Amino acid sequence: MSYAAVHDDVHHDHKPTGIGRWLFSTNHKDIGTMYMVFALIMFFIGGAMAMVIRLELFQPGLQFVDPQFFNSMTTVHALVMIFGAVMPAGVGLANWMIPMMIGAPDMAFPRMNNMSFWILPFAFALLLSTFFMQGGAPAGGWTMYPPLVLQLGDGLPFLIFAVHFLGISSIMGAINIIATVFNMRAPGMTFMRLPLFVWTWIITAFLLIAAMPVLAGAVTMLLTDKYFGTAFFDAAGGGDPVLFQHVFWFFGHPEVYILVLPSFGIISQIIPTFARKPLFGYASMVYATASIAFLSFFVWAHHMFTAGMPLAGELFFMYATMAIAVPTGVKVFNWTATMWRGSMTFETPMLFSIGVLFMFTLGGFTGLMMGITPVDFQYHDTYFIVAHFHYVLVPGIVFGIIAGVYYWLPKWTGYMYDETLGKWHFWLSTISVNVLFFPMHFLGLAGMPRRIPDYNTQFTDWNQIISIGGLAFGLSQLILVWVVIKCVRGGEKATDQVWEGAHGLEFTLPSPPPFHSFTTPPKVTEAMAHS
Amino acid sequence: MSVDKLKKAMCGVLAVALYLASGTVFAALTDMPLNLTRGVTETSQRVYDLHMIILYIVTVIGIIVFGVMCWSIFHHRKSKGAVAAQFHHSTTAEIIWTIIPIIILVAMAVPATKTLVFMEQTSDAEMTLKVTGYQWKWRYDYLEEGVTIWSALHEDSNKARQRDPSIDPETVENYLLEVDNPIVLPVDTKIRILTTADDVIHAWWVPALGWKRDAIPGFITDNWTNIKEPGIYRGQCAELCGRDHAFMPIVVHAVPKAEYVAWIETQKAEQAASAASANKTFTKDELMRKGEQIYTTQCAACHQAEGQGIEGVFPSLVGGAIATGPAADHIDIVLNGKNLMPAFKEQLNDAELAAVITFERNKWGNYEKITAKGHADVVQPADVKATR
Repeated sequence: MSYAAVHDDVHHDHKPTGIGRWLFSTNHKDIGTMYMVFALIMFFIGGAMAMVIRLELFQPGLQFVDPQFFNSMTTVHALVMIFGAVMPAGVGLANWMIPMMIGAPDMAFPRMNNMSFWILPFAFALLLSTFFMQGGAPAGGWTMYPPLVLQLGDGLPFLIFAVHFLGISSIMGAINIIATVFNMRAPGMTFMRLPLFVWTWIITAFLLIAAMPVLAGAVTMLLTDKYFGTAFFDAAGGGDPVLFQHVFWFFGHPEVYILVLPSFGIISQIIPTFARKPLFGYASMVYATASIAFLSFFVWAHHMFTAGMPLAGELFFMYATMAIAVPTGVKVFNWTATMWRGSMTFETPMLFSIGVLFMFTLGGFTGLMMGITPVDFQYHDTYFIVAHFHYVLVPGIVFGIIAGVYYWLPKWTGYMYDETLGKWHFWLSTISVNVLFFPMHFLGLAGMPRRIPDYNTQFTDWNQIISIGGLAFGLSQLILVWVVIKCVRGGEKATDQVWEGAHGLEFTLPSPPPFHSFTTPPKVTEAMAHS
Repeated sequence: MSVDKLKKAMCGVLAVALYLASGTVFAALTDMPLNLTRGVTETSQRVYDLHMIILYIVTVIGIIVFGVMCWSIFHHRKSKGAVAAQFHHSTTAEIIWTIIPIIILVAMAVPATKTLVFMEQTSDAEMTLKVTGYQWKWRYDYLEEGVTIWSALHEDSNKARQRDPSIDPETVENYLLEVDNPIVLPVDTKIRILTTADDVIHAWWVPALGWKRDAIPGFITDNWTNIKEPGIYRGQCAELCGRDHAFMPIVVHAVPKAEYVAWIETQKAEQAASAASANKTFTKDELMRKGEQIYTTQCAACHQAEGQGIEGVFPSLVGGAIATGPAADHIDIVLNGKNLMPAFKEQLNDAELAAVITFERNKWGNYEKITAKGHADVVQPADVKATR
């Protein structure tokens, strides 16, 4: 290496120091780290709310909280987990990994990147401040259905502006990802050579741009209904309360895939690495992901079958929903075929990915069941749906994110994490998550409605088991924090490739990678991309 | 990976499988609730059968898919000396596993469509019941008979569901699933059920009837049922409707037709008597006694048992501006409502309103304040009627 090159590297690795490094950061890695840390904090705040819910539900009767506060817990738990934990974690991983995976030095719009992150703490300060306001925190469910949500006191405009801010942040993040991938790929990195994680994120970014403004529109109509005398959702003024549900779920269903697609991308990176075998059906994975995203705009009303709609509407949304099972099935089969006749080892990222494979599929089955309109009339708004979406969101999505963290943590820090602790984390999480969510299927089928702080005594036993599972799952996540802290502080040095079977540009960089990922673009060949 | 680790991994998978299996068996043995009810209508039984068919189908698919995954996990591992194959696509396989799911889905869609079409046939009903959701009770109108029933959480459940309850929830029969006035419906009758709401969205759900339907303010949706067996069927509101969403159950007494006709006649007579009472003048004691009952069922959910309310949400009635102000203002707000306060003019008759207003004006030390200000302490049905 010539002197000039060395000098250049040193110059570019000159990091800003102190608080300014983080406040004014334009570096994709630092911003990615901030996103991940923020998501982790929110995961524990949302988790604490879940603990309050499970504590109150441990036995019949009201022991700890007022029903109104209980409703606030379920509402804010969902908002915090979706918008504060899962989405920022996905964006954080995208920030860290996409430039490294496509051979770019950084994201396309570094300053916008900074802004899209720093909006988040303010948005959540707005949202969480409502707990101290007249009328309390939002308690009408995260879906914010009018007219109920309009009964909220001073917290309503704060809720709405928080949602606006979150939307702006997400849209900026999405624009950045699209601009980065479209313009900053290394020579030879064609679209059909992109790692699956990058593909799932492009598709997610387009979903974000299409869906978030719809949500912003819906909540703005709530704002004008409450304060400016409009009657979009007020039947007495010629409006329609169900209109909100249609608009909300037109956002809400793509949102489901905004949450899950990055997780699909992550395990599509991990499974080939630990199976030491190329991803099966790369092209069909890309097309399946795109099909799922496309179909997600035509199934929204399956969230509101019980609101009542014409038979033709019910049939259309039932068939469209069932159709999503086809591309989703293709993905599951492709992952299975990737493992088939591989040479597998089971480090923590692989364990979590296999966890996703099994438990997301389980959530997919119940999803299919609920797509069948006539039976959904029984399942809807019971613990069966709570079981379904928690299976998809926790062992489906959160496990995927955790798998990604374990997979890339040695790359980020330069040190291997503690494998024994990682395995403990996986097994405790997997057992407790099933104790937590599986019995919810039974409760829902037996007739326990969701969003209730108190229940008939026949439901006591399962609720106690669920609460114990919940506590165990929550505590197990502290292991993750300990593993990350321990890994950041030191340990066995990680190699550049980190994992024996790892491929991809991020594994050609040193561990930890330089501050600016690729200052000279690498050359990508077909063999490098699909091996 | 060593044999030791393999054993560990297998133990883990086995533990999960055992947990699921043993949980199910344990629950079945100990009467813990597990599955959907088969219900007592043609609809609910078709829905149940459909549910079971789909459950069996996904279980079989699950066993096959998870079986393949497990086989691969146990056999294709590096520690067993597996050498990775390098294949990365197979058009044939991909076509097969796209086509087969489509066939299975079509097979599911056929019975689902049939059931749905069956459920949507709301015509040819022999009677109509209109259900209106309120925060937090139900109003039922037997449209042909002109009978109205208000149905709210039963008193025992209501006491047991308070913080620091005076009754232990465990001792209450049908805790949270009992109401003060259950509705009565005839068996073997096609009943059209209209749902709507007065304030926010609720959902009317009796699992044994096989469906739930949102009750939406400004909308009337129609459904139907035809109950085959006499019995008592219980359900709950199934759409979050505010603080006391969990506390507005539904109880349906399905009875033979003759019994239903007799019940309707009794209801008509009671309503006539109650209408007549609106012209009477009561003593203060009578009003206070009746008022206390009404307060407990209608007002205590928000304003609390001792009238103290909940700060920032539900105003206190103890020495409150309205409760100790002019009687006309007090009557007006109870009749017409304001913000979160519902209008009671439809829900209660003049005698009941007079009783509950009198109760509030004399309880919790309000009597002293009212007399000091020189306002009326007793409200008679005639006063309410004049304000209407």
